Amino acid sequence: MQTPTPTAPQTADRPPVIQASHVDLTFHTNDGPVHALKDVSLDIPKGAFVSFIGPSGCGKTTFLRCMAALEHPTGGTLTVNGMTPDDARRARAYGYVFQAAGLYPWRTIGRNIALPLEIMGIPKAEQEKRIQRVLDLVELSGFEKKFPWQLSGGMQQRASIARALAFDADILLMDEPFGALDEIVRDRLNEELLRLWDKTQKTIAFVTHSIPEAVYLSTHIVVMSPRPGRITDVIESPLPRERPLDIRDTPEFIEIAHRVREGLRAGYEE
Amino acid sequence: MTRIPPLLGVLAALIALWYAAVVPMNVQETLTQAQRAGAVVTPTEATARRDTSNLVLVASNLDHLGESWSLDRPRLPAPHQVVAELYISTIGEELTGRRGLVQSGSLSNRGLVYHALVTLNATFLGFLIGTGLGTLLAIGIVHSRTMDMSVMPWAIVSQTIPIVALAPMIIVVLYSVGIQGLLPKAVISAYLSFFPVVVGMVKGLRSPDAMQMDQMKTWSATSRDTLLKLRLPASTPYLFASLKIAIAASLVGAIVGELPVQKGGLGARMLAGSYYGQTAQIWAALLMAAGLAAVLVWGIGAIERRTLAKMGMSA
Repeated sequence: MQTPTPTAPQTADRPPVIQASHVDLTFHTNDGPVHALKDVSLDIPKGAFVSFIGPSGCGKTTFLRCMAALEHPTGGTLTVNGMTPDDARRARAYGYVFQAAGLYPWRTIGRNIALPLEIMGIPKAEQEKRIQRVLDLVELSGFEKKFPWQLSGGMQQRASIARALAFDADILLMDEPFGALDEIVRDRLNEELLRLWDKTQKTIAFVTHSIPEAVYLSTHIVVMSPRPGRITDVIESPLPRERPLDIRDTPEFIEIAHRVREGLRAGYEE
Repeated sequence: MTRIPPLLGVLAALIALWYAAVVPMNVQETLTQAQRAGAVVTPTEATARRDTSNLVLVASNLDHLGESWSLDRPRLPAPHQVVAELYISTIGEELTGRRGLVQSGSLSNRGLVYHALVTLNATFLGFLIGTGLGTLLAIGIVHSRTMDMSVMPWAIVSQTIPIVALAPMIIVVLYSVGIQGLLPKAVISAYLSFFPVVVGMVKGLRSPDAMQMDQMKTWSATSRDTLLKLRLPASTPYLFASLKIAIAASLVGAIVGELPVQKGGLGARMLAGSYYGQTAQIWAALLMAAGLAAVLVWGIGAIERRTLAKMGMSA
């Protein structure tokens, strides 16, 4: 087990945003204990785009949920922005995007984005400003008054990302946000997400089980394997920050994808 | 509109069945009248007829059944007699009756419209109390495990007690603390209508899935925010399904509540009809009650369709 401290050049001198050391999480079920996470150590530097990839049951989503304080580790330490995950949540350190867009059908897109802002008690005028800004970011300007059912699946997921961005958290946690979308829409949203990441300088933790998606998006790819859920490899991507879609045909890209695949296979064969 | 033909078909079948049933039900009285008019019926003695089954009487006196559908005091009035009674006690009474709307300027207390309004009053008040109470209980049940364990079994037990047995007690108890009139009836009505609201709303308030609840958590939402912004709106379809049952139950409760009091209302009207052998009056009041229930349920259905369409939740 390695304890990698990935350091991209532009983030070398800053403290990690998310720090996990020897995190364990055991669920007690009727069939006995399940080791969802075992000895997971990882530092995520500020501004990084970290993908978690692995087969079902490898704990990638569980680890993301630990960062969001939706699950609580049974061992080890985990800090987000130097705080416990619970404190970080109260300090609005992260926005969380789920696999389903989860927009409320009785609210317009604008009111859906305003939902977390209402809960956080942000004044009405400020809400309006932020809605406009995040709608711009996800290229949904003009759709504020539309209802979710009037939008395609891809647009709904963009609105859901806008909602996660609305309260200006530095960290974006994304749990297979494009998993339910078709390949073409997915490609487009991947491209947009990269542009958004570049523009907003956020730190993104991204769970996926698509190898091309992980390689295309990430500065760091964390390969995980199941039973018990653990990290088997952390790959630092040599690809530039600026990535057109056809970068996926370059030898570098194919090489990284190959290494990810090897890592996944190794996890299976153990 | 495609629902109209089958509806009419069923209605026609019911009416035909009704007309057929009137003959054996009224055969004793019909034959007595026929005998008085000089016809020879078998058997000839009234006492012998009383000991003979109605169907046998019908079979052996097929020529003398003409009056079955037009008796003055039938055991079972024919549909057209009920409709006539319904007309006389509503429009007829208000137009020509001494105490009717035209001559006295207010609804006649002998007319069905007045009694229907009395019942409707208690129904609405009971419905409001029942729905409010049901919703509050559901909110409590969803938020507190203790309430979930303690309230739900009692709510179920409450519905196993026959309301007819309970209604007089509620009225007596409330009377002894000085409450009478509208409120006791509304309480009985609420007693019946809170239950479907509790059951429906508990299900509705729990309808948001794990992801939606997690999402609220990631925003550090309070349970009040979660209730107001997620649980309550998400429960709307369940609420309307419950309200349709609740409004009908409220009407039944109000009518039952009127039986022991005899101060107006469709329930009082039905009981009075049975005291004086006025079966047509009972049936007219019954039809009125059924019509009211249909209109109330339809009204809630109309509000439901508009609300859910507006909320993007129409099925």
